[in-house]
Amino acid sequence: MATLNNGYRASKPDLRRRPRLSETIIQSLLFLAGFLSIFTTIGIVYELGKEALLFFQTPEVNLLAFLTSTQWQPHINKFGILPLVNATLMTTAMAMLIAIPLGLGVAIYLSEYASTRVRNLLKPILEVLAGIPTIVYGYFALTFMTPLLRSIFGRDVVEIYNTASAGLVMGILILPLITSMTEDALNAVPHSLRAAAYGLGATKLEVAVKIVLPAAISGIAAAVIVGLSRAIGETMIVAVAAGAGPNFTLNPFKGAETMTGHIVRISGGDLSYDSIDYNSIFAIGLLLFFITLTLNILSQQIVRRFREVYE
Amino acid sequence: MNRKPVFQFKDNLASRNRSGLTWRLVFQASTIVGILALTALLFNILNQTFGYTAYEARVDPDSLALNGVSLEEQTKAQLIQVLQTRISSGAFNKLEKDKPFAERSRQEVYDLIYDRVVKYKAVAIWPLWDSLMRPAEIKQTVAQDFPTAKLGFVSWISADFLRRQQSSDPVLAGVRTALLGSLWTIAITILAAFPLGVGAAIYLEEYASDNWLNRLIRTNINNLAGVPSIIYGILGLAIFVRTLEKVTSGALFGFVDPTTANGRTILSAGLTLALLVLPLIIINAQEAIRAVPVSLRRASYGLGATKWQTVWAHVLPNALPGILTGAILAISRAIGETAPLVVIGASTYITFDPNSPFSKFTTLPIQIYQWTSRPQDEFRFLAAAAILVLLALLLSLNAVAVLLRNRFSRRW
Amino acid sequence: MAQPVSSNGKYVLEVKNLSVFYGDFEAVTNVNLNIERNKITAIIGPSGCGKSTLLRALNRMNELVPGTGVSGEVLFNGQNLYASHVDPVEVRYRIGMVFQKPNPFPKSIYENIAWGARIHGYKGNMDELVEFSLRQAALWEEVKDKLDQSGLALSGGQQQRLCIARALAVQPQVILMDEPASSLDPLATLKIEELMHELKKNYTIVIVTHNMQQAARASDYTAMMMLNGGETRSGTMIEFNQTSIIFTRPKDKRTEGYVTGRFG
Ligand SMILES: Nc1ncnc2c1ncn2[C@@H]1O[C@H](COP(=O)(O)OP(=O)(O)OP(=O)(O)O)[C@@H](O)[C@H]1O
Ligand SMILES: [Mg+2]
Repeated sequence: MATLNNGYRASKPDLRRRPRLSETIIQSLLFLAGFLSIFTTIGIVYELGKEALLFFQTPEVNLLAFLTSTQWQPHINKFGILPLVNATLMTTAMAMLIAIPLGLGVAIYLSEYASTRVRNLLKPILEVLAGIPTIVYGYFALTFMTPLLRSIFGRDVVEIYNTASAGLVMGILILPLITSMTEDALNAVPHSLRAAAYGLGATKLEVAVKIVLPAAISGIAAAVIVGLSRAIGETMIVAVAAGAGPNFTLNPFKGAETMTGHIVRISGGDLSYDSIDYNSIFAIGLLLFFITLTLNILSQQIVRRFREVYE
Repeated sequence: MNRKPVFQFKDNLASRNRSGLTWRLVFQASTIVGILALTALLFNILNQTFGYTAYEARVDPDSLALNGVSLEEQTKAQLIQVLQTRISSGAFNKLEKDKPFAERSRQEVYDLIYDRVVKYKAVAIWPLWDSLMRPAEIKQTVAQDFPTAKLGFVSWISADFLRRQQSSDPVLAGVRTALLGSLWTIAITILAAFPLGVGAAIYLEEYASDNWLNRLIRTNINNLAGVPSIIYGILGLAIFVRTLEKVTSGALFGFVDPTTANGRTILSAGLTLALLVLPLIIINAQEAIRAVPVSLRRASYGLGATKWQTVWAHVLPNALPGILTGAILAISRAIGETAPLVVIGASTYITFDPNSPFSKFTTLPIQIYQWTSRPQDEFRFLAAAAILVLLALLLSLNAVAVLLRNRFSRRW
Repeated sequence: MAQPVSSNGKYVLEVKNLSVFYGDFEAVTNVNLNIERNKITAIIGPSGCGKSTLLRALNRMNELVPGTGVSGEVLFNGQNLYASHVDPVEVRYRIGMVFQKPNPFPKSIYENIAWGARIHGYKGNMDELVEFSLRQAALWEEVKDKLDQSGLALSGGQQQRLCIARALAVQPQVILMDEPASSLDPLATLKIEELMHELKKNYTIVIVTHNMQQAARASDYTAMMMLNGGETRSGTMIEFNQTSIIFTRPKDKRTEGYVTGRFG
């Protein structure tokens, strides 16, 4: 057999490392791209922290009142965050009240009951729901849910802007999120476990609720926590439908401003830098950041523990 | 303790099956409620996009015919003439000063006539459902209450709606500026986030060793994906709008656009959204890269390829469909984002097309938000039409994702 | 510059006191082995005794698994592959590898061959090189009309010969093969064996195999590996000799048991 005779095959190969400049440059660039995410986090903490600090340093503000006062009225120098937190909690609670039972129901139906055909039909619908921008949900809350509530409970009971409408629609928004995460968790339960229960003569419901659900419980918990974090940070629905103006009320049919709603309203106006309003959105944002961060870390922790059990 | 148990069971299968059925129905009902919610949402939007509208004109457009040539058929010069005779000379001169008529297209002048002279005004609007269910009643109402008004079945979404700029008059308002703003913004977002995101994913999957720094980067990216979008808005406000104002306003590049004296520009908006979607792009790209079989990499290294040669020639091409699909999902998210853009300061009312990254901006979701929060009902109908435009945009983007994926995966 | 390079020595590869680690786990202990130029050397032994690990250590492919390490030396024409100044990329360029499962790139047959040569700056006629490599791998006749088709569209045996052709196209001195025929039928296996016989005129081949007949038929030298009986369950080489000797009168009882099928 002939060999190619072009000197291409070195007879005395030199194995020494040669500097590969382009490789080094590319690797550094890629590292920078990866490292940028750290900068983002530092940026968030630094910027929010810096301005929040300015906020707390102004003589009108004191931390104790910030955390305990039920009045947020900047024009008379009252900066109590409770009305905002309270409204956030109310909309969030309402959303979870809708999304958890419905989400579990849909997920169990999809993973344990539905035929492949039904599943193939329903999953895209869930994806569509998940892909709709939140402002559209906000519109839905204001132009559909609010009139619906008002026609059910009476126009004098339900205000045009109210936390109930925002909360309910937020529940619909979070539904696909909780459903898909729960369904993943249910699907991750080994098939052998189901087979074992069926082998003992368990009914489908017993397998689903007493075997599969408990086995997937940490995944479901993670789903709920992620949903919770999403609800707390959700902005446009409450900005459109929950009402403007901090209002400490437990009546879901009254308007009240959430933390996110407040940030949007304040910054929507022409905000001048270094005003106390400008600084206050950073303080609220910082609080929001830590709440959601804690929830996210918690859910990741739970998922990690869950993995250790099954893999 | 050695007694044999008595094997006696309650015969309860019937009741167990009953409760099984009940709960099955409950699960099915949940699903149906979910579907109903989606249906209601879509119906609600369609309901407000079409329907009867009664409108009055201050000046009947038919009366504006010039020597028997109707408004639609007039040339630009004729249109200008009509305009000049119908509005005060002061107002005409102001228009000339804003933008010389020589520079305006025929269509713009035509719009101006409707805007300044005809002045259509919707006096009553009915949603689709009412329009379909009780047209007779509607006609009667109009005849009674608005004898001078014309009744027409209108589609709020139309070619004109896409072509027209903002207007304080709902009948004349359109989404052109917002649509262009969205496209500009998203272009910046893609330019910034796609290379950075894919680069970070390559780093994490192919280069990063398992040390504390890289673990920190990984955890951090997962956490960033869960940060509420409004926080990114605050970050964007502090960094892009304020700290980097010189750059984002274009002043650094000698861009002195009098209309944008600050950093609240398309560039700031695009970069803010880029930060927002970066974690999503990274996570999706990581998954796509991870799915490339190890055997391919081995084959490549076995030939004496370097890391980058391996990544560039084998890993990336094979991960590309997955990367693109993930990126498009992330971009869809960015297109629909509203809150962070409100926070960094989207403009509430602009009537000129954005023409550089340093232009003021508004986007479709912002426009929807503004129209939704107006107290007048007419704007709700505009918002619904704008929502349809937004959803269509998202839908076509997803179609592109599917096409791209098929195209790239068909290669082998 | 003046590295003492003996490219004409008898041995292409000299393995000296080589141990290979996965983290703390010592998978291969203290192997000494000389690979003769233009010969086929087979590595045999029971599953898990570290054959693949040893083979991968010969062209530094093992480094792709995070946490691996080696001690000892592997001399390639007299140069230590593990010396700090040596670039693993260069090593893999000179010492090619064929894997257990055929792994063609999801590219055309032509590109599969051409890519490796191109990254190493091959300046000759590419069509010629592709044909030459495919002929060497005894695949040319079967694929010459469909060079632009995907490499994945070939049969398993053809894919494996494509992978061999791909390795040949960068003109390595040594080709390492890890059970190259284990996923193939007997006929395809025979084809690969004939091919190796052809190839050894120009290349040195090291092959890991579970197939005793294959080792006996195809190789000139055989290295027998076995787990050392100790606590650590680490693999080592217990015997190395001409194949004919290993299979007829091995010195080690364990080798005898293994090659006659009574053990392992
Ligand atoms: N990537 C790895 N990480 C950690 N341990 C490994 C890895 N690969 C192999 N090992 C371990 O090293 C030892 C030797 O493995 P190796 O694959 O070299 O055996 P082998 O002789 O090739 O076996 P087989 O004949 O089954 O292919 C085994 O105990 C194996 O578990
Ligand atoms: Mg092996």
